[in-house]
Amino acid sequence: MYHKVLILGSGGLRIGQAGEFDYSGSQAIKALKEEGIFTVLVNPNIATVQTDPGMADTVYLQPLNLETVSQIIKKEKPDGILLGFGGQTALNLGLALEEKGILKKYGVEVLGTPVEAIRKTEDRDLFKKALAKIDVKTPLSYAVTTVEEALTAAKIIKYPIMMRSGYSLGGLGSGKIENAEELRHRASESLHGAPQILIEEYLGGWKEIEYEIVRDSNDTTITVCNMENFDPMGIHTGESIVVAPSQTLTNEEYHMLREVAIKVARSVGIIGECNIQYALNPKNGDYRVIEMNARLSRSSALASKATGYPLAFVAAKLALGKQLHELRNAVTKKTSACFEPALDYLVVKIPRWDLTKFKSADRKIGSEMKSVGEVMAIGRSFPEALQKAVRMLNIGASGLSDYPHDIADPLEEIERATDRRLFAIYKAMKKGVSVKKIHELSKIDKWFLEHLKAIVGVEKSLSFLGVSQRRGLAIPLRGISGSSKVLTTSGQVSQRSLLRRRDDKSREASLGMTLRTAKQFGFSDKTIAKLTGSTEDKIRELRIKNKITPVIKQIDTLAGEFSAETNYLYTTYHGTDHDVKPSASHSPPLTKRGRGGVAGAKARTSATLPNPLLEREGGPIIVLGSGPYCIGSSVEFDWCCVNTARELRKLKESPIIINSNPETVSTDYDESDRLYFEELTLERVRDIADFENPKGIIVSVGGQIPNNLARPLAQRGYKLLGTSAESIDMAEDRQKFSALLNKLDIDQPDWEQVESLDKAKAFAARLGFPLIIRPSYILSGTAMNVVWNDTELEKFLAEAAIVSTEFPAVISHFIENAKEFELDGVAEGGVIVRSVISEHVENAGIHSGDATVVIPAQRLYVETARRARMITQKIATSLNITGPFNIQFLAKNNDVKVIECNLRASRSFPFVSKVVRDNFITIATNVLMGKPVAPKIVPLPQYTGVKTPQFSYQRIKGADPVTGVEMASTGEVACLGQSYEEAFFKSWLATEQNIRGKCLLLSISGDRKIKLLEGARKLAEQGWTILATEGTHAFLESHGVGSTFVYKAEESGEPNVQSSITQGKIGLIINIPSGQGKNSATHGYKIRRLAINHHIPIITNLQIAELFITCLAHGLLDKTPASLSWQEFGSL
Amino acid sequence: MQLKPSQLILKNGRVFPGLSPAHQKGQFHGEVVFNTGMTGYVETLTDPSYNGQILTFTYPLIGNYGVPGPKTWESKKIHLSGVVVSEACEKYSHSTALRSLLEWLKDQQVPILMGVDTRALTKVIRESGVMLGAILCGEQNKQGKQIRQIKHEDPNDRNLVAEVSIKKPKTYGTGKKKIIAVDCGMKENIIRSLQQFPWTIERVPYNYDYTKEKFDGLFLSNGPGDPAACTETIAILKKAIKMQKPIMGICLGSQLMALAAGAKTYKLPFGHRGQNQPCQEVESGKCSITSQNHGYAVDEKTLPKGWYVNFRNLNDNSVEGVAHKTLPFFSVQFHPEASPGPVDTRWLFEKFYDLV
Repeated sequence: MYHKVLILGSGGLRIGQAGEFDYSGSQAIKALKEEGIFTVLVNPNIATVQTDPGMADTVYLQPLNLETVSQIIKKEKPDGILLGFGGQTALNLGLALEEKGILKKYGVEVLGTPVEAIRKTEDRDLFKKALAKIDVKTPLSYAVTTVEEALTAAKIIKYPIMMRSGYSLGGLGSGKIENAEELRHRASESLHGAPQILIEEYLGGWKEIEYEIVRDSNDTTITVCNMENFDPMGIHTGESIVVAPSQTLTNEEYHMLREVAIKVARSVGIIGECNIQYALNPKNGDYRVIEMNARLSRSSALASKATGYPLAFVAAKLALGKQLHELRNAVTKKTSACFEPALDYLVVKIPRWDLTKFKSADRKIGSEMKSVGEVMAIGRSFPEALQKAVRMLNIGASGLSDYPHDIADPLEEIERATDRRLFAIYKAMKKGVSVKKIHELSKIDKWFLEHLKAIVGVEKSLSFLGVSQRRGLAIPLRGISGSSKVLTTSGQVSQRSLLRRRDDKSREASLGMTLRTAKQFGFSDKTIAKLTGSTEDKIRELRIKNKITPVIKQIDTLAGEFSAETNYLYTTYHGTDHDVKPSASHSPPLTKRGRGGVAGAKARTSATLPNPLLEREGGPIIVLGSGPYCIGSSVEFDWCCVNTARELRKLKESPIIINSNPETVSTDYDESDRLYFEELTLERVRDIADFENPKGIIVSVGGQIPNNLARPLAQRGYKLLGTSAESIDMAEDRQKFSALLNKLDIDQPDWEQVESLDKAKAFAARLGFPLIIRPSYILSGTAMNVVWNDTELEKFLAEAAIVSTEFPAVISHFIENAKEFELDGVAEGGVIVRSVISEHVENAGIHSGDATVVIPAQRLYVETARRARMITQKIATSLNITGPFNIQFLAKNNDVKVIECNLRASRSFPFVSKVVRDNFITIATNVLMGKPVAPKIVPLPQYTGVKTPQFSYQRIKGADPVTGVEMASTGEVACLGQSYEEAFFKSWLATEQNIRGKCLLLSISGDRKIKLLEGARKLAEQGWTILATEGTHAFLESHGVGSTFVYKAEESGEPNVQSSITQGKIGLIINIPSGQGKNSATHGYKIRRLAINHHIPIITNLQIAELFITCLAHGLLDKTPASLSWQEFGSL
Repeated sequence: MQLKPSQLILKNGRVFPGLSPAHQKGQFHGEVVFNTGMTGYVETLTDPSYNGQILTFTYPLIGNYGVPGPKTWESKKIHLSGVVVSEACEKYSHSTALRSLLEWLKDQQVPILMGVDTRALTKVIRESGVMLGAILCGEQNKQGKQIRQIKHEDPNDRNLVAEVSIKKPKTYGTGKKKIIAVDCGMKENIIRSLQQFPWTIERVPYNYDYTKEKFDGLFLSNGPGDPAACTETIAILKKAIKMQKPIMGICLGSQLMALAAGAKTYKLPFGHRGQNQPCQEVESGKCSITSQNHGYAVDEKTLPKGWYVNFRNLNDNSVEGVAHKTLPFFSVQFHPEASPGPVDTRWLFEKFYDLV
C-alpha cells in the first residue's frame, strides 16, 4: 500500500491542453484520498480546483520542470507518482524524471501504466513495431531524425504524405505535405522542437474513430466509450466535431475496432486508462491504428462526461492496484464499474476557436490544434444535439441558420476546412448544393450531411410559416390534433399541404406539428422567432400553450436498465416523460413568468426515486457555469462555480449547476445536487428554472456569459441573487457607466462612441494620439486596435468597414506610460467586505488578461491605492453591490482613472484568493445568500505571488506574439516566492519556458534601448553572449557594452538572426517593438515568429524585460530557489 | 415515407403514442422487452430468440447504416412481433447497405412504431417487468375505455421454439468428429463459430432424438421463450447427459442443460438484453463484457450436486453459466458468438473444441 503519492498537474491552459486536466487531476486526488493516501500536487495553475486547499494535502504552485520537481521529490519523498493525470506535460516530465534516475534514486514508483509502456506509445517507431508483432495495422510510416531521411521516406511512400511530430501534444508540427520543398521546410522546423518526426501514408477522407480503454492489473479490459468524428481524417480530433457513440459503424466494425483496442492495450501493458485512435476506410472497413495515449486526455474527459463514467477516478483506483470488478458504478451505486456504458442519447462536441483574436492568423484547420475550448451537447437526435452545441459556442449563432458572419465562398471553406466549415456547409445547402457535392469536397459521411439537409428543410418550413402568417393565412396555435397525413420521416411538413388545408383545425394541426418538429430538430425559440417574424417570448408562450416543452432526462450509464440515483441531467424534445421531479414544489406563480414553463407539473414524471430535495425549504440555487473556454474565459470561472457550489452545500443549500463545457470540474456530477449539462441561453435557463423553481439564480461567478443573462432573466421575473440586474447593466453599458462616474466625480479616460470616420477624426483632433478603437463586438471578426496617427486611424476604420451607424465603434484616449492595477473584492449591500489590489507589471496598454500581475503591489504609491479604495467604495455604494466585483484602474502619478468595472467574479479571483489565503468566492457566496459577513482588511502576505499569462502562439501560425489591447493568452499560471524576483521568475518559467544557454539576442527599438542598457551591461559581465542587430549593436557599443553584430533575417550576411535562431545558438530573445504600426512586414515580426517556431523564449515588453534581466543578474537561472508548498508559504 | 399516428398499448393500460408508416395496418401483439445495444440492430432483429416479442431499442437512432444483405443476418428473417424506436433513420449511409431499415421492415412485414419516448417505456418495463403489449396502427388507435378492452395475446402460449427451430436435420462440414447442434432458434454466428473447427456438424430440430446416433460432442443453442416449456428437448437431453460426451450450451441451451440436470429456472423481472453485461468467471476472477438476450435464469439454489456456477453477472449476481465439476459439460447464459456485441468470450468455443 502507498502512503504518499505525488501527482503532476498540467500547468497553464494552452491550445491542446486545456481545463480537462483539472477534472482528471481533481478526480485522482479524490480517489487517492478515499484510500487514505497523502497526496502531493505540483501545478502552477493557480486557477484550478485541484490546487485548492482541501484537495491535495500539499500543493506546490511551482513550475513543472525537471529541476523543481526533482527538488520536490527529494524533499517530499513520495513512494508513488501519477503521470497520467496532467496531460502531455506530466507524461513528458515523468519520462524525464525516470530517464535522469530521479525516481529510482528516491524510490518513487510510477503508478499505473509503467514507464516502458508509456515509452512504447510515445515513440511512434517502437509503437508501430509492437503493433506489427500482434498483427495490428498502422499507417505505413518512417520515423526520421533528419530532413534528408524525411525526404527519402516520402519518396517511398509517395506524396501527399502526412508528417507527424513525436512527443507532442495536440499534433503540433503535423500536417499533410504535398511536395519535397514543403517537406524540407516543415521538417526542419519540427525537428527543432522534437527529436523525431514521422513520415506517414496519407489517410485523408477515412473515418476517424476513437475508443477509451480501461484495463486493470488483472488484465480485465473494457472500452468505456467510442466516438466518431464528423470531420474525417486530416482534421485533428481536437479540431473535429465529434459524436459519441459512433453513428455510422456497423456491429462488425464497432467490435472489430473494439477488439483491436483491447488487444493493443493488453500488449502495451496499460494499467488505468488510455485512448486509441483509428482511421477506418469507409469503402471497405479496413483500418489503421493512428495512435494511443497512455494517459487521460481531452477525449477521455469528453468520454467521461458523455457517458457518466468517471474515467479519471477509476483510472486512479486501478493505478493503486485495485481491480475493476471491485469498484462500483458511481452513478447507479448498485452495479459494477466493470461494464461498458450504454447510452440512450448521443452527444455532439464542437471545438471553440478564437482565431479572429490573433492578427494574421490562418483560419484553416487541419492536423494541428488551434481551438481553445469545446462544448458538448446532449440530445436524443443528431440535429437536436448539434444545434444545442452551436448555441453553446456563444459565437452569436442561435442555431445553424443564423451564423452572424458572411461566408463569401462556402465551397472553398468546405473543401479546405476552416473553423466555420459547419456553417459553410449549411449555407451551401441552403443555396441548393447537393449532399453528394459536399461529400465529394469534404469527405464528411453522408449520414451527417443528410441530417444537416433535413435541418435546412425544417428551416424552410418555418420560413414558410412566417410568410403565410404574414399573409394572414395562419391563426394562433392552440392544440395539436392527431390526424394529419402531412408528416414524413424527414421531419418536414409539406408546404403544399399546409396551404391546401383550408379548414382552420387541420391548418392549426400542421402549424403545431411544424413547431414541435422544429424543437425536435434543435431550433431555439429565438431562431424560430427570427424565421417567422415573431419574438422569442411570443414563441415561448405559444409553445407552452401548446404543451411543446422539453422533458428532463437522466444520464445513468445503463440506458435505464437499472434504476440510478443520478443527478446528471439534460433536456430533450424527444420524449414525453421527465425522469426527475422538480427540486422544489411549485407555488402559485408570483410573477409574470408564471406560465408553467417546462411544466414540471404537467408533463408526466416517471421518477420513482424519493427526492430528498423536495423536503428542503425554499428550493435550490441555480449556479450558471462559464460555458466553453475561449480567450478571456478560462478555467478560473470554473473554479469560481465549483467553489460557489461547494460553499452552498456547506450552507445547507442545494446547488444546481448549468454548464456546457466538458473540460470542467463543475460538470462532475458530484459537485452539485443537480447538474444540467445544458446551454447557457435564456431559453434553456428559463426552462430549467421553471421546472426546478429555485430560490434564486447566481449569475456572477461564471464570467461574461451568465453576466449577460442577468438582465434578460430579471426582466422576465426570475430572481437573481446578489447585485441587481439594473446595476449590472449600469456597469456593462458604457454610456450609463460613464455617466455614473461623472456623477460620482470619478475620473475616466476620455472616450466617445463614433458612427463615422469624421467623428473619429474630430475626436483625435481634440485629444491627440494614440487612441484605442473598439469595434462593435457584434463584428467579432475585428480586433481592438491602437492607432498612432491619422493615417493609421483612417486605414483601420476604412479598410475593415468598421464604423457605421449600425455598428458604432468606441474610441478612447490611450494614456502612455501609465500604471494599471485592479481591485478584486466582495461587497454586501454596497459595503466592501473584502478587497485586494493587484498590480500589472506591464504599463497600461496590455489587456488585463495578458498582463503579468503581482500581489502585493510593488510600485504603487500609497496615495494611489488610497484613492482607488475611495473610488471603489463610491462605486460599490452607488451600485449597491452585493457579491463579487472587479474594478480596473489606470494611474499616472497619483492621478487615478477607472477603466472598467465588472459586477461579477473576475479572472483573478482564484489568484487573489490563494495568494492572500482568503477565499473570496466563499465570502461572495455567503453574501449572495444573505449571510452577514464582517468586513475585514485583508492582510498582505509575507511572500509574493505573480501571475503570468500562458500564450499559445506556437499553435497559431503567423500570429504576432506581442501583447496589446486585445487579449491573446489562453491561460495563466502563478507562483509564490519569497521575493518579487523569485515569484516572477518561477512564474515565467512555469509557462513552459526553457532557456537553453546564455546567449541573448537583443533587438530593441528607439528610445527604449537606454532602459535596458545597465541590465545588458550586467549580463555581459556575468558571461552572457549578447547578439544584437544593427541599431542596438551600435547603441551598446557606444555605451561600452560588448555585443556581436548580427544581420537581420532579410539581409544576406552572416552571422544572421535567422541562421542563429534556426541553428539553436540563441537561448533567449529580447525584442522590444516600438509599439507603433505593428505589422507583419517588419523585421521584428520575423524575429518573433522565428523565436516562436523554434521554441526560443522571447520577451517583447519593456517592463518585463527590465524585471527579467534583474532576475538573470541575480543568478536565478543558475540556482533554482528552494520550492515551498502553498501550505509552507502560509506559515512564513 | 408517409407516416401516421399509431400507439403502443401495454397490458397495464399505459399508452405510448408514436408514428408508423402509412402502409402498416392492424394490431400486433407481443411481449414488450428492451435492448440496450447501441449498434448491431440487424443482428438483433434477426435473432430468433426474440420470436414473439416487441423489441424496444433504448438507443434512440436506429438504422443509421442501413441494412446489408442476408449474409450478416442471424437468421433468415425477423422473428419479432414489432419494433419500437425513437427515430428510424431513412437516409442511411454505409458501403454495405442495400436498403433502409424501414424498407426492410416493410418487406419483412414487421411493424414499427417511431417517435416513442423509449426511455420512458424502458423504465416502465424495468419497474413493472416485461409485459404484453400491442402496436395499434392508425385507424386502430384506441382512446379512454377502449384501451383497457384490448385483448393482449401472450406469445408464450405458442410453441415459440418449434416456430424457429430447423424443420429437418442439416449437415455442415466433413470433419472426423461429429457434433450434434440442437437448434432451438440458433443464431447463424453460432454455426459460423462451430464451423471454424474440423468437424461434421449436424444441426437438428429441437425435438430430434440424436441419442441413438454416434456423436462426439453436443451443442445446445439459444432460443426464445420459457425454457421449462421445452419438455421434449429436455427429455432427450437427460438421456444425452448420461452418455457423458462433451456438452456446451448457450443462452436457452444453458437453461436447458440446467433443467436436464435437475435444476430449476425462473423468469427475470426484465431480463438481460444488451451488449454491455459484465460477467466474471468464478474460477479465474477474470471479467468480460458480454452480449446477452435472455428473460430467464437458472436458480442457483436448485443446482444438483456435482454442478457449479461458472459465470456470474457482476451487476445483479445472477447465474451466467453452469458447469459440471467432473464431467465435460459447461454452458453460458451470454453469447460468446457475439453478433451483435463484444467478442471477448469467443475462446469458449475453443474450450469446447478442446473438450471434444
